[in-house]
Amino acid sequence: MSKILIRGARVLGGEPQDVLIDGEFIEAVGTGLSAEGAEVVEADGKILLPGLVDLHTHLREPGREDSETVLTGTRAAASGGYTSVFAMANTFPVADTAGVVEQVYRLGKEHGYCDVQPIGAVTVGLEGKKLAELGAMHESAAGVTVFSDDGKCVDDAVIMRRALEYVKAFGGVVAQHAQEPRLTEGAQMNEGVVSAELGLSGWPAVAEESIIARDVLLAEHVGSRVHICHLSTAGSVEIVRWAKSRGIDVTAEVTPHHLLLTDEMVRSYNPVYKVNPPLRTERDVLALREALADGTIDIVATDHAPHPHEDKDCEWAAAAMGMVGLETALSVVQRTMVDTGLLTWADVADRMSFAPARIGSAAGHGRPVSAGEPANLTLVDSAYRGEVDPAGFASRSRNTPYEGRELPGRVTHTFLRGRATLVDGKLA
Amino acid sequence: MKRHLISAADLTRDDAVLILDTAEEMARVADRPIKKLPTLRGRTICNLFFEDSTRTRISFEAAEKRLSADVINFAAKGSSVSKGESLKDTAQTLEAMGVDAVVIRHSASGAPYRLATSGWIDAPVINAGDGTHQHPTQALLDAFTMRRRLIGPDAGLGQDLAGRRITLVGDVLHSRVARSNVDLLHTLGAEVTLVAPPTLVPVGVENWPCEVSYDLDAVLPKSDAVMMLRVQRERMNAAFFPTEREYSRRYGLDGERMARMPGHALVMHPGPMVRGMEITAEVADSDRCTVVEQVANGVSIRMAVLYLLLGGNEPALTHPRTEEK
Repeated sequence: MSKILIRGARVLGGEPQDVLIDGEFIEAVGTGLSAEGAEVVEADGKILLPGLVDLHTHLREPGREDSETVLTGTRAAASGGYTSVFAMANTFPVADTAGVVEQVYRLGKEHGYCDVQPIGAVTVGLEGKKLAELGAMHESAAGVTVFSDDGKCVDDAVIMRRALEYVKAFGGVVAQHAQEPRLTEGAQMNEGVVSAELGLSGWPAVAEESIIARDVLLAEHVGSRVHICHLSTAGSVEIVRWAKSRGIDVTAEVTPHHLLLTDEMVRSYNPVYKVNPPLRTERDVLALREALADGTIDIVATDHAPHPHEDKDCEWAAAAMGMVGLETALSVVQRTMVDTGLLTWADVADRMSFAPARIGSAAGHGRPVSAGEPANLTLVDSAYRGEVDPAGFASRSRNTPYEGRELPGRVTHTFLRGRATLVDGKLA
Repeated sequence: MKRHLISAADLTRDDAVLILDTAEEMARVADRPIKKLPTLRGRTICNLFFEDSTRTRISFEAAEKRLSADVINFAAKGSSVSKGESLKDTAQTLEAMGVDAVVIRHSASGAPYRLATSGWIDAPVINAGDGTHQHPTQALLDAFTMRRRLIGPDAGLGQDLAGRRITLVGDVLHSRVARSNVDLLHTLGAEVTLVAPPTLVPVGVENWPCEVSYDLDAVLPKSDAVMMLRVQRERMNAAFFPTEREYSRRYGLDGERMARMPGHALVMHPGPMVRGMEITAEVADSDRCTVVEQVANGVSIRMAVLYLLLGGNEPALTHPRTEEK
């Protein structure tokens, strides 16, 4: 494989350096590296990050290939600067057996845009009643380490306890979609001032917080680790902060949209803003930003949730929940966290690559940008400003809340083990 | 200037008073031997009902026919929320047929707003009740009834309800009537108090322009009008209150409670009434109870709204809610 010299990039936002890639690995990082025999990527002033890792992606294949496939989803991931995505288990059939997870894993390898690490269901059919064969999924070719019934909460305390205990045998983690089901029956949006006015059924913050409180206590009791998906409320932040201070092994993620958007958007009744957990209040948004900055929230995960046009072009109550996010995540993080001074680019590398790779045990990802490491890299033009145009998305679905909004930053190049998957903003 | 009536909150004080005044004119038509005006001759209005409501549909239909409009009734019950395309497809079908206005009733909150703002249709949209959100013509007919009773039909012209104390009792949480009334009555200068068990008051109510009480007996002596809201029996199964009898004891209106109201105070109900639970027969059939008048006034109000939205070259109502980009 040929050599590539990335010249003058600010590695993790630091001083400009050259990065020489040879084959699948980084050969050298330094200044004034020789370009001899190498293809040169001029990166003057751009930010070089380790390839991003998304611990929470919905690829929809198998079953809902009209929304997304492993191919279109990984192309979207490469466009957004990702080199590894964890694919959620709520497909049709559900990824609750070794067979299904191996299929998804294999499709990712075949397409070659981004590594796909399947997440296994915690319970059979996501029904919350009977543990899926977690060990078999771990031992399969896919090597599953993260288990989640995402889309649904593992609400039975005994099943949750058993799952937490069981995955300890192979270093797995249970990623919980925290949503008390009875408190959220028929829920359409955040319960509060706006829902009261709009007459939409409320999804109260306590439905999320009560499950997180229970699960961190369970994790403490059985000495296991738990990961909380898409934290969305200020109260959830407080509980995770308390749990960490107590030494409980908990990690947490926040989505880009929960860092930027509030339930005020729902006044438009435009289902593009319908998402689960719902958009919360300004106060919650600010608490989430602060928690991501101080490390209470470990990572940003997209919850990329593609839906076909017809599932959103309808009245609010009938619409599907979810937003696409892979292609806009870094821009939203730059806007909410970097441009506001809350995070440095080195912190971004931590929250969007190092830490998610560590939580999910993604081998070869989330590694330092230094000699001898796998060449999984993302180059970002942070000075770029432009309006989001979904027509240019690689994702099969276009349900983005950012259409027509100006967002900063643009991923120009993505390298997966030394091979460019994105060049000058275009998929290779 | 906008052409739709989606929410009572969209009406300014002057808009609302203009509708009430116009409704007085329309009420006179009902006293004529031939109850018909030529105002909307040649216009086609569709009553698009995704949810059953015979009373509201007939009221709109009567209003439309008295204004000489051509009326299409479209009952699309059932499948609408299970698969949403039907709203968009139906709207576009009506648009293709050249409908001049759509009166919509839908079980999904926000459906009329979606219809008016999504570019699916150009015709004016009148909300005839959406989910637990709004029912603006109901609020207008209630305000009209109050103004007639508390001020008088002729003396009321140009007047709002400044300083009047109105109490709404019952299932506020699920009530589009309550939301619409709080908005409109506040705009008209009235002081509104909601009375309900705490389980039937929405979280977030603190931002509404009204008071909230859990004690009906304390509020009754200070009320110029008491509006009872309908309580659906299925709420009991969802533990909103323990039993029908307990609800009735604490929040039902009987003769004894009515006697604590000031002599001039009205008893109102949007109907249909659950006699024996929300309201006793004694109260429902008393002279103070305006249920039947409310029905008659509904036709006048709907005539006024249709006339003002469609009758002139320019819509006469302003509409401050900002449209989506």
